[in-house]
Amino acid sequence: MKAWLPLLLRLALVVLLVAFITSPGWFAPLLKPLTENNAPAIYNQGSLLTLTLLHLRTVLIATVAATIVAVALAILVTRPAGAEFLPLSRSLVNIGQTFPPVAVLALAVPAVGFGEKPTLIALFLYGLLPIFENALTGLTTLPANVVEAARGAGMTGWQRLTKVELPLSAPIILGGIRLSVVIGLATATIGSTVAARTLGEVIIAGLLSNNLAFILQGGLIVAALAVLIYDGLSAVERYAARRMGREAD
Amino acid sequence: MTIRFDKLGVVIAALAAYGAFLAPFATFRANRIVPGQARSILEALPETAGPLLLAILVLATFVALFRTPLVLRLAASVVTLVAVALLIGVAGTFLTPAGNTFARVSPASGFWILIFAFTLLLADVLTRLDLSPWARMGVLVVAALAIGLLLISGRWDSLSILKEYYNRADSFWAEGSKHVTLALGSLLAAVIVGLPLGILCHRVESLRAGVLNVLNIIQTIPSIALFGLLIAPLGWVALHVPGAAALGIRGIGTAPAFVALFLYSLLPVVANTVVGLAGVPRAANDAARGMGMTDRQRLFGVEFPLAFPVILTGIRIVLVQNIGLATIAALIGGGGFGVFVFQGVGQTAMDLVLLGAMPTVALAFAAAIILDAVIEMTATKRRVETA
Repeated sequence: MKAWLPLLLRLALVVLLVAFITSPGWFAPLLKPLTENNAPAIYNQGSLLTLTLLHLRTVLIATVAATIVAVALAILVTRPAGAEFLPLSRSLVNIGQTFPPVAVLALAVPAVGFGEKPTLIALFLYGLLPIFENALTGLTTLPANVVEAARGAGMTGWQRLTKVELPLSAPIILGGIRLSVVIGLATATIGSTVAARTLGEVIIAGLLSNNLAFILQGGLIVAALAVLIYDGLSAVERYAARRMGREAD
Repeated sequence: MTIRFDKLGVVIAALAAYGAFLAPFATFRANRIVPGQARSILEALPETAGPLLLAILVLATFVALFRTPLVLRLAASVVTLVAVALLIGVAGTFLTPAGNTFARVSPASGFWILIFAFTLLLADVLTRLDLSPWARMGVLVVAALAIGLLLISGRWDSLSILKEYYNRADSFWAEGSKHVTLALGSLLAAVIVGLPLGILCHRVESLRAGVLNVLNIIQTIPSIALFGLLIAPLGWVALHVPGAAALGIRGIGTAPAFVALFLYSLLPVVANTVVGLAGVPRAANDAARGMGMTDRQRLFGVEFPLAFPVILTGIRIVLVQNIGLATIAALIGGGGFGVFVFQGVGQTAMDLVLLGAMPTVALAFAAAIILDAVIEMTATKRRVETA
């Protein structure tokens, strides 16, 4: 009974989430008590489905870009030619993490204007750090005997990278991607303060009109998305780790 | 002797060349919100200062480009940074027409690129020097003093960001102290609650997964939603619990921001306490038990000191995160530097955004460096003691 309970809970959450964003009207009576002065219980300035999809698209674009750049950088600094950059890149990652998301977002506005672009920049920068850190850990903690064996088998540098090093570090890199997606999902809501169309729009509309129902629905959709995606990526990670015989963290 | 290029130097040289010759050094605006006009280094500075800055930049770039001694690289980066910082103030005075109080001069992309390029050089030198924790804190203090001196000396007074500051100097410090109180207060509360909770989770295994899962889920709620959601319960408490309103608990304002930051802080503190305690070597525990230590003696005399660096890492994560998140408190009337950021976004006055963002970044940065140094000190101390 214990084994299928978590699966059932997740399925229920998926069904609930899909039902809520496709036909929020069904849930209006539930949220009605949270509103005052006959305010609408369901966000009415745009469809929740569209906003959810736009939210996910923003996070997806930023994460894919961050993954490509972060993994490429990690590969670069772990090659002999780029080894010089390794200590500096470590301290840069450390420094980068101290920049608050709101600051990045607000400072990107003069450069690229309002809307989705500053949000993408902020999400990209925040996404880089965890992926880079994990890719670095993955590539620098490979079992030495495996790398030696690959070298002994006469593999070229490129073959070692694509056939041995990257597949072996895949679970750890995936862990970084998972972290960055979850951070990105929450940070994207702040993007709505600079007019990006994400679920943050619903929350901010709620804050401005003092409508608790809006805040709750926006927040819960993002939280549910984050929990489901976190779980999904954890499962992929475990699968990759099992295949590679490495422990995922 | 062959001349060898420094790989990072090539990157820095490219950045510096772009920042010095192609990107604008300063922006001039007739008033605070109209679009600005770009000014290059030679246009933005008086006759002698412009070529002087270019000469310093070219020299420093060559020092960076080739493999040169660390001391020389250190000097080059520091001199360039100081020169760029001083001369942007000169540009402000030079570009502002005499007696004109509406005109605004701000640093433009070239300035920021130059600062970035030579901070990169400085960071590289400092990384290669492999400084001790005390030395790193010393560097931080020197940098803070230098910036403080520049601000007090009034050399930057002609810049737009400081004009924004002088327009609201009182509220700047009020919001600043609110920001720090929010970040530090919620951290303190999280440590007071999180440490015992972490110890409890370590001792009672059946509790661990449940508590950590709940805290994990709290982390997934977007910050602006959590801030907003707390308005209702706290408003209710203020109305129905006697004395609560007198304590300053209200639906909007600082109280929900404080509680939200506290809730976000719990996970890193509890999780790191659990990880730290779990990492205590079994031999140390067995030895302590063998010596006849009581449970409490073992906790405070053995487990806790050994787990301390890991717990501190959790506290570092929380403090840096809280300083950043406290900016969002402004959205629900909680105050903090975020007030200026959101005001600036609303008025499209970017210097006002900077006025809010710069101190936040500086605070987070300083907190990270100080706590990193403390963590390293406690970790090495432990190693020396156990050796």
